[in-house]
Amino acid sequence: MTDAPTHYCPGCGHGIAHRLVCEVIDELGMRENTIAVAPVGCAVLAYDYWDFDTLEAAHGRTPAVATGVKRILPEKLVFTYQGDGDLAAIGTAEIIHAGSRGEKLSVVFINNGVYGMTGGQMAPTTIIGQTTSTSQYTRRSDKEGFPIKILEMMSVLPGVVYLERTSLHSPGEVLKTKRAIKRSFETQLEGKGFSMVEVLSPCPTYWGLDPVRSMERIEKVISKEYPLGVVKPAIAV
Amino acid sequence: MGDRTTINKKKKDLRYLTSGNEACGEGAIRAGCRFYAGYPITPQNELTSYMSKRMEEERGVFIQAESEIAAISMVHGASAAGARAMTSSSSPGISLKQEGISYIAATELPCVIVNVMRGGPGLGNISPAQGDYFQATKGGGHGDYRLIVLAPSSVQEMFDLTYGAFALADKYSTPVMILADGMLGQMMEPLEFDRAIKPPDEIKKPWALTGAKGRKGKSTKSLLLGTGALEGHNIKLQKKYKEIEKKETRSEEYKTEDAEIVVCAYGSVARIARSAVDTLRKNGIKAGSLRPVSLWPFPSKPVKKLALRGAKFLVVEMSAGQMVEDVALAVQNSGQMGFYGRMGGGVPEEKEIVRRAKALNSRGKCKGEKKK
Repeated sequence: MTDAPTHYCPGCGHGIAHRLVCEVIDELGMRENTIAVAPVGCAVLAYDYWDFDTLEAAHGRTPAVATGVKRILPEKLVFTYQGDGDLAAIGTAEIIHAGSRGEKLSVVFINNGVYGMTGGQMAPTTIIGQTTSTSQYTRRSDKEGFPIKILEMMSVLPGVVYLERTSLHSPGEVLKTKRAIKRSFETQLEGKGFSMVEVLSPCPTYWGLDPVRSMERIEKVISKEYPLGVVKPAIAV
Repeated sequence: MGDRTTINKKKKDLRYLTSGNEACGEGAIRAGCRFYAGYPITPQNELTSYMSKRMEEERGVFIQAESEIAAISMVHGASAAGARAMTSSSSPGISLKQEGISYIAATELPCVIVNVMRGGPGLGNISPAQGDYFQATKGGGHGDYRLIVLAPSSVQEMFDLTYGAFALADKYSTPVMILADGMLGQMMEPLEFDRAIKPPDEIKKPWALTGAKGRKGKSTKSLLLGTGALEGHNIKLQKKYKEIEKKETRSEEYKTEDAEIVVCAYGSVARIARSAVDTLRKNGIKAGSLRPVSLWPFPSKPVKKLALRGAKFLVVEMSAGQMVEDVALAVQNSGQMGFYGRMGGGVPEEKEIVRRAKALNSRGKCKGEKKK
């Protein structure tokens, strides 16, 4: 990680997730052989915090841009780091097809149920009953539809070999997230196929909660809608 | 579908009978293009399927992407990683690529984009057209950027211009567009090139994103939020575009030495214009033609030179009139100009070009301008 002062909000999950990614890369000794593709969203500035090569993508196209990189540089570790809008809204086609083609990529999907960068709008992952700036009467299934579960949807694709949902709401969960990210990177480096880790993350600013209560909300509410655990186990060595 | 080409490595003959689409593909391969992403759309499907075969033969990468948007994004990634990368589509698909093109231009990455134009707007039809001139030369994507736009006029040029486009893109670190039309894409003509041909330049990509070995991490991006940073970047881009304007403008003239009326057209239409010039000359009229080969940068100097000499211009396009505006800018006196266009896949007829050129030549204003 770099020494740049953070722009993220107090209590945001990105700080933790960024650090976990860096720790895993260092443990694998891959700093000089990594190219990350950054999203559009709060994490658009991720490259300010990462001292390895990064590439910006147009909103949602992150897995397609990463595909271009990985196909040209198959020996490198190429991963994407995406939020709800980038991956589950505008980029739904790109994530599914990268998985369908079995691209040897790793995806870190930060699910905080809102669009932070643009002012707290509803995301495809916003849960029923949640108030956001574009679901001001709460999310109602008959008007705003249901939250989308990308991980479960991706599990039917044969080219997708490992999927896990983890969280950041406790030290134990943070460690599980780190292990999952490591497993995803190792899956790629072993040439096994596409893998993704969905990380339930807090957004105190747009949840209208303090950081502690945000973590509690993940534990008590969000994880009921988005169950934690392995959705598709990594192929055993 | 069937492979109509006879480009065959075993043949001794240097000339091949092939389609424009396939000639374009072969030109790319010979220039060292080793990444292609595309999506099927008529009338350029022969190019996509040709690349699927040739890329495999050359151990390059071919991906039929899920959409034209995904395809340009893959080109973005492959180019950033240091590959010579290309995508192709036709009009509606090129519309989809615009955001990606803006990103690639802004990030100063090289690539080649081929547009085999068809009738529009909307779904249109699959006939040849030239309705994307504005899109190609005046932006298409958001922000202040320019594309180098080259317009082939024959199957040979589909090869030659594509072959040269990759070195051009690398030279200026900018995207290059090959603007063709459905007629050029699908017509069959002899193509001549040396089977032993190599890329025209040495492929060097010192800036490529290949992992931060022995250096700090690099970020290849176009987001510049710091005070004055984006303006500074734009000034740098504009300087580059000025240099391209100075050095890369191309056009071809036919019988313009003493021409009093000049038919100005590009692509397939330039071939019809040339026939019209021959017919006009037989009729005793001093006609010539000017064919822009680079649409951006537009060959304003040759146009202005002829206009100052007193020549009148008849601009002919398969559109409602797009290049005509650039000719007008160069001529700056529309009294010396006339326009004739066909839209929605209509092809201008030689006899109509002849008729209007005669009228413009003798009267200064095109009679029957409102007719199709």
